[in-house]
Parts: sequence; structure tokens; C-alpha cells
Amino acid sequence: MEWEVVIGLETHTQLQTKTKIFSGASTAFGSEPNTQACVVSLALPGVLPVLNQEAVKCAIKFGLAVNAEISPRSVFARKNYFYPDLPKGYQISQYELPVVGKGSMTIQVGSGEKAYEKTIRITRAHLEEDAGKSVHGAQEGMSGIDLNRAGTPLLEIVTEPDMRSAAEAVAYAKKLHDLVQWIGICDGNMQEGSFRCDVNVSVRPKGSEKLGTRREIKNLNSFKFMQQAIEFETRWQIETLEDGGTIQQATVLFNPDTGETRAMRSKEEANDYRYFPDPDLLPLAISESDISAVKAEMPELPEAMKARFEAQFGLAHYDANALTGSRATADYFVATVNAGSDAKLAANWVMGSISAKLNAEDKEISESPISSIALASLIKRIQDGTISNNAAKQVFEAMWTGEGDADQIIESKGLRQVSDTGAIEAIVDEVLAANALMVEEFKAGKEKAFNALVGQAMKASKGKANPAQVNEILKKKLGA
Amino acid sequence: MSLNSADIKRIAHLARIEVNDTEAEATLSKLTGILGLIEQMQAVDTTGIVPMSHSQDVTQRLREDVVTETNQRELFQSIAPSVEEGLYLVPKVIE
Amino acid sequence: MINKSLKQLGAMLQGKEISSVELTQEFLNRIDRLNPAINAFITLDKDRTLAQAKRADEMLSAGKGTALTGLPIGQKDIFVAKGWRTTCGSKMLETFIGPYDADIIERFDASGAVNLGKTNMDEFAMGSSNETSYFGKVQNPWDRSRVPGGSSGGSAAAVAARLCAAATGTDTGGSIRQPASLCGLSGLKPTYGLASRFGMIAFASSLDQSGPMAKSCEDMALMMNVITGFDKRDSTSLNREKEDYTRDLNKPLAGLKVGLPKEYFAEGLGADVAKVVQEAIAEYKKLGAEMVDISLPNTQLSIPVYYVLAPAEASSNLSRFDGVRYGHRAKEYGDLMDMYCKSRAEGFGAEVKRRILIGTYVLSAGYYDAYYLKAQQIRRLIAQDFENAFKQCDIIMGPTAPSTAFKTGETADDPVAMYLQDIYTIAVNLAGLPGMSIPAGFAPSEDGKRLPVGLQIIGNYFDEARMLNAGHAYQQATDWHTQMPEGIE
Ligand SMILES: [Mg+2]
Ligand SMILES: [Zn+2]
Repeated sequence: MEWEVVIGLETHTQLQTKTKIFSGASTAFGSEPNTQACVVSLALPGVLPVLNQEAVKCAIKFGLAVNAEISPRSVFARKNYFYPDLPKGYQISQYELPVVGKGSMTIQVGSGEKAYEKTIRITRAHLEEDAGKSVHGAQEGMSGIDLNRAGTPLLEIVTEPDMRSAAEAVAYAKKLHDLVQWIGICDGNMQEGSFRCDVNVSVRPKGSEKLGTRREIKNLNSFKFMQQAIEFETRWQIETLEDGGTIQQATVLFNPDTGETRAMRSKEEANDYRYFPDPDLLPLAISESDISAVKAEMPELPEAMKARFEAQFGLAHYDANALTGSRATADYFVATVNAGSDAKLAANWVMGSISAKLNAEDKEISESPISSIALASLIKRIQDGTISNNAAKQVFEAMWTGEGDADQIIESKGLRQVSDTGAIEAIVDEVLAANALMVEEFKAGKEKAFNALVGQAMKASKGKANPAQVNEILKKKLGA
Repeated sequence: MSLNSADIKRIAHLARIEVNDTEAEATLSKLTGILGLIEQMQAVDTTGIVPMSHSQDVTQRLREDVVTETNQRELFQSIAPSVEEGLYLVPKVIE
Repeated sequence: MINKSLKQLGAMLQGKEISSVELTQEFLNRIDRLNPAINAFITLDKDRTLAQAKRADEMLSAGKGTALTGLPIGQKDIFVAKGWRTTCGSKMLETFIGPYDADIIERFDASGAVNLGKTNMDEFAMGSSNETSYFGKVQNPWDRSRVPGGSSGGSAAAVAARLCAAATGTDTGGSIRQPASLCGLSGLKPTYGLASRFGMIAFASSLDQSGPMAKSCEDMALMMNVITGFDKRDSTSLNREKEDYTRDLNKPLAGLKVGLPKEYFAEGLGADVAKVVQEAIAEYKKLGAEMVDISLPNTQLSIPVYYVLAPAEASSNLSRFDGVRYGHRAKEYGDLMDMYCKSRAEGFGAEVKRRILIGTYVLSAGYYDAYYLKAQQIRRLIAQDFENAFKQCDIIMGPTAPSTAFKTGETADDPVAMYLQDIYTIAVNLAGLPGMSIPAGFAPSEDGKRLPVGLQIIGNYFDEARMLNAGHAYQQATDWHTQMPEGIE
């Protein structure tokens, strides 16, 4: 039987606020245990939550970014369960009326010929508080509880089960990761847990409409693990069904060491969260003017920027898409253009050499040793004919390794191309004289011979001759 | 909706309160009485009535995102049952 | 002196007839003598108390005194006070020392009042008799074999026995008004949102409000000026302009329209209580008030609605008591689950556990709509009853409780009978309205004791000044509120 995997994601993004969602305690990462656990974080008797306006603003930003409905009225609810890192015995979350409703996001899956676009529906996004952390090994048989993180604002973003492969799920997660950073609501730091994905996976016979029983892979904090976990889980579910077994709904954890998923022990019992509206918090009202105020602060969104790149710079759809894959990439590209570079050349360089280098060295574009201004100065030298494309590659390599700026390197390496017509004519004459056979072949109709002659001329000039001029002069001399 | 003592145990477990069999039986009779009292509500037709969570029709006031809390770990942990190196100690949490 | 009002004692302090330290010491001496039997106070800290009195004397000498400066006030042990043991009447918090101050504690501190000690209460405010306190029952000073009412029974008994000049209480379903009624004092639950809940250990968050318990309406007005006011730490605190609750005390009552709900005078009301309440109504007519017959048709439903909503909220509010960060942790336990279950089984008393279980049940999967949602819908009907009633009248009057103080142990084993005590008070909490009880006379018990009866006055939202005016006018015309139990001299 042919199987189809169905995937939906729930992503917890930590919002970039200075203080917790319901108290004035700091959210800074990495402090000594429990030094950022105030009376509210500790759930001391008698304390009450007061909502952070910045968290609400972040939710509105996200809603606007995915073209979602932003609820004029949303409600905070209590999700009741006991866990030592959950000090109140309930998590304040949103249940029936979330702050952000239905929206969507378009993702690009794969690359090259096989690349395709797909729209993923966002079901909702809601505000909630993070839990604390359990630290193991403090004492034999004991766990230590650190509540510094308890109460950190989260936006939980939930999709419809719209993804059909691990690749699609990862593409969505990456795109979302880029987007939340793009709009400045989340630092995207996956190691520190700022962006965590829960992935719901089920399988069904291809063509079937009915959803299979799903298992939820909890807390994936790397795209690589997500890929591995989904692939393992999919295989496991298919094998289980093919062996005549059934899938039990479960929460599972991914073990990066074994590459396997296993059901969590502590969640064996059926959860009964007893949600009800939190009586300590009144309904959250968001007006049109609140939304307009946030809109005014929003950066240009990737979709809009993509369309603008196509229209304004004549970039291809694929290129515009790639350049708007992350805010940092887009900013870099725009800065390069603003520094005087031709847009198409800039696009080629950013997606070509820069991206290849970054990939090879596992670096972010913000860490690029060649700044956007430096790249623009290099491209300008191509534009004004100072160097050839080939020479530019050499200059780029040298710039990357910190040998200096473009002009310095061009000078020191003597890469300035020869554009003096007389000098090039002399070289061409020499080449024609030395390669009579090729000239014969060309005249007999062998087009390739022409290219070979260009190559010889370039070689003779040690790559410094302006190739366009070489072409032109050669054509003239051959009477072509 | 009538309860039995297995229900009591299930609810007590959800609420993390240990009850033995005798307690469950005693609790059962009391809870059944209370639920009988509550059951009066079912006679009322509430179709279309908006549930009332708060007595005032006001909305959430928002707080500025400014740090106001300072570290008081020592004070707060002075009333804790068990702490070590700034952490609250509990029996091992199993995932 | 012990029978003097806050107003009178305040004047003595201002006039240097007595110092706050002397006054405070006098009450502390009375507590030493009478409290071992009455058990109204469960935590005293004489050093802290006298230090506050000393500070108050300094404020007074410096001419910085307010109306309450130097006056010793009993604080219900539901309010977290920094450095004070705060137990909420529970074993769970037997050793809990408050690490911060509740809003109400801060406000009394700022006024220069003296915290005389923490008063006994039903455990986590769940009860109408003060019999559920882990720290023992409280005696009703009018008849020591009877309950003082609850949950603010310690505060009520303390004021009745003149162990303090006034005290604070909290009222979720009648916990200020019913003990005030049973102990012969004045008690007021403000409009929901006027008094901050910050630092008041939550029972049912959407119903809880703190308020004054004192000998007179005039004293309550002075306390209301301190207790109420916006607090940004409580999201449900209302941001309104500060009011002076003494402003209307002396207004004439002529033309005041008083609504008498027929449901409050129907079956279930004790004849002795009915008689006293009718006499009070006759007195109000003499004062110029006009009586209007009204109906609050959903009154009966307030009990089931309350006993769904309050336990539901409580079950969740009390989840934080898990033995991890503070509070009782069982001595012996196995794994984490065992630690939770044993700590909570040991730390909570029977009534609290019952309510947690009821609350857990009504919120659990499959029952939410039938219970919780339904109760919230009927809650709206109950609020609408009042909305309609206030179209016909200015204030509403009736009994506070169906009976006078009952014998200790009488209903302790019958929660349903106990819950019916709250029939006239609960609807006010559900609607979020202000409600008040004032002494209206006495009913004799079989054994010849005089048992106080309270008259309940319910106002429209934010109408506390008018209610206090109505109460004060009555207290000018009668002397029920100045009478003292025997045997407390
Ligand atoms: Mg989730
Ligand atoms: Zn979540």
C-alpha cells in the first residue's frame, strides 16, 4: 500500500520582551537559578497576573504578517495540570478565543527544478506563559526547579495538518523561523529554546480522506532533528500499521543520539486540562487603532518585498524569493543596491558566491566578512569595466579572507583588465598568427573554433583583456 | 449524573489529593448531596444567554514592558521546603 | 473605652488623651485574657504590633496622622503580610511567613493603623461557621457554644468581644456579612473591583472582595476610605476616582426607596429573624424611607450556581499549594506524584478537599458545559434580577442570614445544610454588587441568650456611600450596634 504522511505544527516562539508576560520580572537568559523568579513567577499565595502590552503587540505583528484575523476580543484561560516547573498548577493560555485567528503562509519547498510553492494554513496563534525548567542531577533521585523562565511570553502558532513530507514541515518551520525574526518578535535562538516545534504526525493510505491517529513529537529545537524525527516517526507508523498494529495517540520525544522517537512516560494518563476562563484576567480588547499603530511600526514584509524586487529590479521570482528568505539576507541585498550596485548583479552575488561561502563555513549573513558596502564596491568595478568577471572572483576570494578592499586587491594582484583597443588588437593579431589551423576551421563553419580563439586571446592577456572587446575585435578581423 | 467511588478516586487523582477507600466512600456521600443541590440548575433554559465571567463589563488593562522586580531569592527560598544551590528540590521529574 | 468607635478613639489619639502604644497595649491585654477561649486571633506578634503603635505615635506628634493613625485593627489571616505568619486557616500554610505585603496591608500601614494580629478564619475562607479552621473553632462571644459565622469568623468574634476596634474580612459568598450578622456588628462587602485582591489569598477570584468589619457604619466609612482604591497589580481592580465614603453619612433618608425582595422573606427564613428584620424596616419607614415590593426571581438558583463557580475557581486557585516552593510538604513520600498527593491530602482539611473535588469534577472533560458554563449563564440571570430591581428602588433590604448563630457542630457534618446559610448573601457576590449587614436587634435563644440578627442592605454598583448613609441613619436612631455581649468585660 502507498502511504501518505500528514503533518501539522505547533510552534512555541518566545517573544522578545524585557519582562514576563504577567509580571515585571526580567526575561534575560542565562541568569543564576531563580534570581528572576518574582512573587508572580513563584505563584506565591495572593499574587495576580497583569498582562504585558509588548507581548500583545508581538501577537498583533504576527497576525498582520500572516494575513490573519486579529480578534477584537480574546480571552485568557487556565490550563490545569500539575508539574513542578508550572508553579500555579495551571498555565495561563488562550483556548476558545485566541488573539490571532486564521491566516496563511506560503512556503518554498526544495530547490532548483523540483522546487514548488505551497500555502500552509495557520489555524491560530495564541499568547501564553512559558514554564520553568527542571535540572537533573542536582542530587541523586531529585530534580532541581529553576523558575527564571516561568512566565516568559510565548506565542504558540498552530497550523492545519497541511504538510505532506518532512521536507515540507522543515520548509514551513524555517520560513516561520525567518518570519518571526523578520518582524522582530522572536530572537529565533533555537539552542536557548526561543523557537520550539511540536510536530503532529499521522499516516494514512494515499487517497484516503480520513486522518490517521496522530502522535505528537514534542519540543524539537533544530531543523535537522525535525527532519530526522519526522522521517523516523513516519517509518515507524507505517511499519506498525503494515504489521497489523494500531497507532495510539501519544506524545513522543525524539532522541538525537539514537535518531528514534519514544512515548513519554509521564503523560501516560489521559490529560484533562479543565480549561476555563481565567477569572484574574479580563477579556483582551484590540481595537482597529491598536492594529493601525502596530502596522505603522511593521517592517516591509517578505511577500511585499519580493513583489517589489520583481517589479523594481526585474528580478526573477525565484531570485526574489530567495533574497527575501530572511530579513538579514534581504537587508544585505538592499544595502548592496543602495551602495550603488546593479540589482541583478547584486542578486547574483548574494545568492551565488556569498551564500556558497556562508554555507560552507556555516555562517549567518550577519557574520559575512564582506559587508554589503564592500560587495557593492566590488560589483561597481565589474560594472565600470575595471575587472572581468573572472578577476572579480579572485578579488572576492581575497576580500573574504581579509586581504583588503576591492580596489587594493585589484591593484596588488594586478587584475585591472586591459581595455586599450590597440593593445588588444596586438594580442589578437598574435593569436591569429599562431593559430592558423583554428582560423581555417572557423572559416569552414566551425563555430566552436571562435570560442577557442577568444580563449587563446584571453590566455595571452593573462585574463586581463576585456572579453567583450576581444570578441568584437576578433569578429572584425575574421570578417565574421 | 451520579458518582461512584471510582469517580471520586479519579477526580482526587486529577486534583492530586490522596484518598483511601474509606475516605472515598465518605466523600462520595457528601459530594452526591452537593451535586444534588447543583442539579437544580438543569431545569433552567439558558439558550442564548451569554455566560458571565466577570461582574464588570471592562477589558484587560495592559502593563508597560518595564522591569520592576528585583532578585529576592534568599527571602523567597527561606520558606521553601527543600532547596539546593538556588534550585527547588523535588523527587526526580520523569519525562 | 473598649466600646468606643474608631472615630471616638481616633479623636482621643489626636487629642493626646491616650497614646497608640497605650491603646494597643490595652487591646493586647484583652486578647491575652479572652482570646485563649474565643480563639479569634491565631497569630500575634506583639513586638511588631507595638513598633507600629510607636511609629503611629510619632506620626501623630508630627501632625501627620490620618483618621486611622494609631488605631489597632485585626487583619483576617487571608491577607499576606510581610514578616507575619499568614496561614489562611490552613495546615498547608502553618509555617508560611509572608514575604510581601498585600495591598490592603500596605494601605492600612500607610494610614498609620496598627496591625493587632491575624484573625482566625475558615480554612481558605471555605465555610460559614469558622469550624473548618486548622487552628480551631472560634466562639461566638454572644453565646460561647455557638459559631461566630464564617469565613471571617475570627474578625467578627474579635470585634464583638472588643478585642479590637475593628477588623478586616473577605466576602466570597457572604463571609463578611454573615459573621457580622451572627456577631452583632457591621460588615460591608464592596462592589467587586473596588478593593484590590493583591495579596489576598484567592478562594474564588471572580467573587472575592475584602471589606471592613466594625461596630458602626461611620467606622466602616473610615475604613472604606483606606481599603478601596485602584491597584495596578490586580487586573480586576477598577481605575476610578477615590471616593470619600463619609460624605453622605448624615443625609436625611426621606424619599429613599427601599426594595424588599419577596424571595428574601419566603420559606426558609427563621421567624425570629423575620420579626427583627420587620422591626428594622418599620424603623426605616419612620426615618422617611419608602418601601417597594420587588422580586429577585432567581434567588434560589444562586446557591447551585455559587457551588459550581466558587469550587471550580478554588480547585484551580489552590493548585499552587503543591509543597514545592512553600507550604506543607509531607514528611514521607515516594515519587513526585506521591509527594503531591500526600502533601495536599495532609495539608488541606476536609471541607477544602471537598470543594477542590467538586470544582475539579465540574470542570472535567464532558461536564464543563453542563455545570460551569450553565452556572455562568444563570449568573447573568441573577445579575439581571438586580438590574431590574434597581429600576424600582435605591437600595434593597432583607435578612443577612436565615437564622441566628447555630450551635457549634450542628451542621458541621452536613455541607448542604451549611451551604443554605448563604442563601441571601451569595447572589450579591455573583452580581458583583455591594452588600452590607448591620445589627438590627436580637432574637432570644432557647436557653435565654440574646443572639444578634443582621439586616442586610444591598446597593447598586458603587453605591456604598448611600448604603453607609442608610446604615448610619439607622444607627443614629437605634443602639443595637453599641450593645456588647456579656462576660467580655
Ligand atoms: Mg500545544
Ligand atoms: Zn503551548
